[in-house]
Amino acid sequence: MKKMLAGILSAVLCLAMFAGCTPSLDDNSSSGSSAGSGSAAGSKLKGEVKTSGSTSMESVVKALAEAFKEAEPDVSVDVQLGGSSAGVSNVIDGISDLGNASRALKDEEKAEGLTENIIAYDGIAMVVNPSNGVENLTKEQLVKIYTGEVTNWKDVGGADKQIVVVGREAGSGTRDGFEEALGIKEKTKHASEQNETGLVKNLVATNDSAIGYISLGYADDSVKMLQVEGVTPTEETVKDKSYPIQRPFVMVSKGALNTQAQAFLDFILSDAGQKIVVQKGFVSVK
Amino acid sequence: MKVVQNRMENKLAVHTGPATGAGKPARAKNSLVTGKKSKTPFTRVMEAIFFICACVAVLCVCLITFYMVSTGAPAIAEIGLFDFLLGKVWAPTASDPQFGILPMVLSSILATLGAIVIGVPIGILASVFLAEIAPKRVAKVVRAGIEVLAGIPSVIYGLIGMLIIVPAVAKIFNVPLGMNLLSATLVLAVMILPTIISVSETALKSVPRKYKEASLACGATHIQTIFKVMLPAARSGIMTGVVLGIGRAVGETMAVIMVAGNVVNMPKLLGSVRLMTTGIVMEMSYAGAFHKQALFAIGLILFVFIMVLNILLNTVLKKMGEKYE
Repeated sequence: MKKMLAGILSAVLCLAMFAGCTPSLDDNSSSGSSAGSGSAAGSKLKGEVKTSGSTSMESVVKALAEAFKEAEPDVSVDVQLGGSSAGVSNVIDGISDLGNASRALKDEEKAEGLTENIIAYDGIAMVVNPSNGVENLTKEQLVKIYTGEVTNWKDVGGADKQIVVVGREAGSGTRDGFEEALGIKEKTKHASEQNETGLVKNLVATNDSAIGYISLGYADDSVKMLQVEGVTPTEETVKDKSYPIQRPFVMVSKGALNTQAQAFLDFILSDAGQKIVVQKGFVSVK
Repeated sequence: MKVVQNRMENKLAVHTGPATGAGKPARAKNSLVTGKKSKTPFTRVMEAIFFICACVAVLCVCLITFYMVSTGAPAIAEIGLFDFLLGKVWAPTASDPQFGILPMVLSSILATLGAIVIGVPIGILASVFLAEIAPKRVAKVVRAGIEVLAGIPSVIYGLIGMLIIVPAVAKIFNVPLGMNLLSATLVLAVMILPTIISVSETALKSVPRKYKEASLACGATHIQTIFKVMLPAARSGIMTGVVLGIGRAVGETMAVIMVAGNVVNMPKLLGSVRLMTTGIVMEMSYAGAFHKQALFAIGLILFVFIMVLNILLNTVLKKMGEKYE
């Protein structure tokens, strides 16, 4: 009964929204959705939303798909992997409705008539032990540290200590984003690899010569965030693109989306959807 | 023995069998000892249950074997067994992906070997202490300690390793990061102790008393008796303990992942290493389709590794046992 009631309520809400109200009316954000499609309000959406692409976006898109399913139980969201480029070309070929790309579109991709819907930003914070005297590193210094060219903190303005370079495991989205932002893919030399953000944080918090990277949303007082190129990583500096180690999460579409895919995209950009984005450690686009 | 058993059957048959056929075992219908021809429905049901339970274990082994081969073999076939086992570069997400697991295999072997070298002597001598030397009360306390050690979850070992061994190794060897092969080896050595001690102790205790008495009567000292008589006599049992210990060391994952550093390097004592087990776990969560298959393939190699080890050690064990008898 309750479910039905919630369903009817959310349908009414959809109708209200369609009439031009703001989505912030929706207090019960997890069950309400913003299916602002052209379909007759009150009837549930059906069908499948096919997405494919970036592995980095897998966790957040799957979480969004799960939340979307609560609002639209008859719509199934399929999340295929294969990398950003595969996602984009799948949209061009009409295989997928939405392509997940964890980078901005290239010019030749834009020439295909694709729409770039930014759903989140991935800001990556450089963290060191709180006792570390270094406050700021340039991108170039980071490149040298992570490729093993600079191995001592004294070379970048710190104490005379060997740098313990901590990274994430291959396949990790954070690693992917970090290496892409610095252009050091397949060139990194680590002293240790950890497969959890928490473990990276813990290692850096307990080792006074360690440096690591984590998604911005996960930083806390146990570690010290470094400025990069003089810019402190915050949500604002990520959004205005002044902080350099970041990338957009893009959902690519071509032409008009079908009803259910449009509803999914609208949900992602709604307050409820963006809340999930933040929960997953990324920066909201709002 | 057989004769006695037959007689007993006869007797029982006499008591319970029908009056006309008394004395002839062939006609006995309710023999209690053999259970032949006397199965009530309840017995049959219970026997079926016992049989099913026995099958569960065997079935599991078969299923695991089948599953490991079917999921791991395709990746190995595609990479090529030679490139897979002897490749030195593990770069699963590179634009030109490479899947060489030699560094992981060697690291696994060395960490296990190191754990055995450190753990086995300590374990065996501790079991000698418990079985032969310790006063009863002391033995009770020590044994309780070892039982506790055996029951500690491996993540706790990892945590302790991370908090104590890793910083200690860093300090003693003056390296910036103590997460390396040595730390992993030390943690594994402690983890295999309880297995080796308890199995060895049982083996020592089951050595016939007359062996010890004979040795002492010949004028050998207690220590001589322990090393020349007791330990060789218990050799087969002790080896079983060692094999179980090796099994635990090879398969341990959680504790190792927390202290080994996890970079795919050729093993160096003070260098960060990734073992086969941790190699699977590290990358499973975000692995793409083929990458995941390659991880399953590592699992298959690990599985074969342990199987071969078990068979090898068991045959060696048997030979050694026969030699002694």
